[in-house]
Amino acid sequence: MNASAMDVNTEAKRILAVSISKLYASRSQRGGLRLHRSLLLSLVMRSARDIYHSAYAQAAAEEAAAAMDADKELEKVSEPLVKSPEPEKVELECREREEDKEVEEEEDMEDVFESETDSEDKENMNPSRHSRKRRGNTSAAPDFLPSKRARLEPGEERHAVLLGAVVPLGAMGLGSCRVGESLNAFSINRVAMPAC
Amino acid sequence: SAGGGSEDMQWCFSQVKGAIDDDVAEADIISTVEFNHSGELLATGDRGGRVVIFQQEVENKSVPEYRSEYNVYSTFQSHEPEFDYLKSLEIEEKINKIRWLPQKNASQFLLSTNDKTIKLWKISERDKRPEGYNLKEEDGRYINPGNVTSLRVPVFRPMDLMVEASPRRVFSNAHTYHINSISVNSDHETYLSADDLRVNLWNLEINDRSFNIVDIKPANMEDLTEIITAAEFHPHHCHTLVYSSSKGSIRLCDMRASALCDQHTKLFEEPEDPSNRSFFSEIISSISDVKFSHSGRYLMTRDYLTVKIWDLNMETRPIETYQVHEYLRNKMCSLYENDCLFDKFECCWNGNDSVVMTGSYNNFFRMFDRAQRRDATLEASREHNLPLQLLKPRRVCTGGGGGGGCSKRKKDEISVDSLDFNKKILHTAWHPNDNIIAVATINNLYIFQDKVSDPDSADDLSASDMMCTI
Repeated sequence: MNASAMDVNTEAKRILAVSISKLYASRSQRGGLRLHRSLLLSLVMRSARDIYHSAYAQAAAEEAAAAMDADKELEKVSEPLVKSPEPEKVELECREREEDKEVEEEEDMEDVFESETDSEDKENMNPSRHSRKRRGNTSAAPDFLPSKRARLEPGEERHAVLLGAVVPLGAMGLGSCRVGESLNAFSINRVAMPAC
Repeated sequence: SAGGGSEDMQWCFSQVKGAIDDDVAEADIISTVEFNHSGELLATGDRGGRVVIFQQEVENKSVPEYRSEYNVYSTFQSHEPEFDYLKSLEIEEKINKIRWLPQKNASQFLLSTNDKTIKLWKISERDKRPEGYNLKEEDGRYINPGNVTSLRVPVFRPMDLMVEASPRRVFSNAHTYHINSISVNSDHETYLSADDLRVNLWNLEINDRSFNIVDIKPANMEDLTEIITAAEFHPHHCHTLVYSSSKGSIRLCDMRASALCDQHTKLFEEPEDPSNRSFFSEIISSISDVKFSHSGRYLMTRDYLTVKIWDLNMETRPIETYQVHEYLRNKMCSLYENDCLFDKFECCWNGNDSVVMTGSYNNFFRMFDRAQRRDATLEASREHNLPLQLLKPRRVCTGGGGGGGCSKRKKDEISVDSLDFNKKILHTAWHPNDNIIAVATINNLYIFQDKVSDPDSADDLSASDMMCTI
């Protein structure tokens, strides 16, 4: 990546981190989650995500071109590079959904999960994907038990997002979370729907 | 910006209300300011749910220099914090908006609203009380009927003025989302209330029924891209209303067209300048306030960086755009981090629609004279508290480099980096018939009046003459 693209990428990551902590902070706000604020946060995050994503894709393409390999190898290399930033975000997504269970209103749960399925990811599909209930970590403990996943403090979240470390997909143990899906599924709109 | 403070636009300090203390209690933070239709009363609402009404001092009204003296008239607790048990949510008592009803009789009426409930308050004066009861002493003790030897008719006698506020109607349970606007219709019978996704129409007399006239909630909330940020009725046409959106557009609706005004009659929207695109484009294009001109011919909108004037007859772009604080465009990342980018500034017209005003940071506020094409930056500060002291125009310099880049360190110049973003002016109001303005800092209310040009001939000037001097 060239220098200015790096700057933009860094800024995008920073904005994402700030936005996530704002999102968490707004849950404990007096008066409940504000729809307007949540919407604006999600739009900013989407912009940042798009830029971050395209910068990474661009970097991947550049590296692949420089590798001077055959076409097949190019495909193999670019996919994991594109997907690797996603796991952290998707992990956050899962935690978000778990916590959102308590605050979600009935009428907004009817249209929970659209079927934006990733055909390459069939083994990670939740078999109960057609159920009305919001999905959490179905492979984890039942709903009425508190989640054992450690909550990250806002500072740690930032660290997690910024790391961008490549984590083996198998180690994520994500039953329902669709790895490789874009941040679109982070869907702030759902988070933004408190009991309003 | 043009050098403000021409001879035509000069303002003097009149009064400041509120605590001098720098340690501000959250409950005292002013959240709305509104003059009534005559300008005699000025109401403020705060985060603690309190309403304070100031009244123009009668004896001084005819003395031009002192006509902007306002004193406390009534104080009451409008809203209390509530708890929605079903949703496990606290409902804030913060007063989001106050709107006065036109005066019909001796009493004054206003609507005040928090996030969920609108209340109609009656403010009435009591300046006499009945005296001379047969069975009661003046202090209220009952007289032994056996001691009554003659009968008399009680009469009203004057007493010290008492101002009472009583809630006449409570309009509740009509909003799922947070109420951002209320607006009294020109028919004086109905009013609207708007939340993030819906606009409801009420009859002032009927509090158990409300009609939904705009609903932009998508079938699937995941498709939500736009919300309602403000709404207002046309000042003269009781069938026309406008609402602004978080995307920077304004929709005009005609209630005669259909019962549900989801289809707008007009859409006011300006295409975005692609060169200004940034991470924060959506936030800064969100409209925070919309106000009809008194004439009803124009609309004013406020977004984060600008004030725009729209002609109702032209939907494609505004007829005027004023930069409030363009120097903040390069600071948006920090403003996002410290939450200032979410601040919702209001704006207001003067009585004859020739000047508009809005707030900024560092306790600065801006005025734009539409006819003269001049603008001014003034400051609400306790440093200029001498009565009738002239406000000096301020300037923000934007040069780069150390020291803020102000080339000449003038006393009234300040660099962008030195601005205090905790001192913000979100709420301002302009007297409907006179050049008196009310400017709210975080917890203080400043009242300014225009400089009386010739004190010797002040007695000859009427209020309308005053208005024209701007």
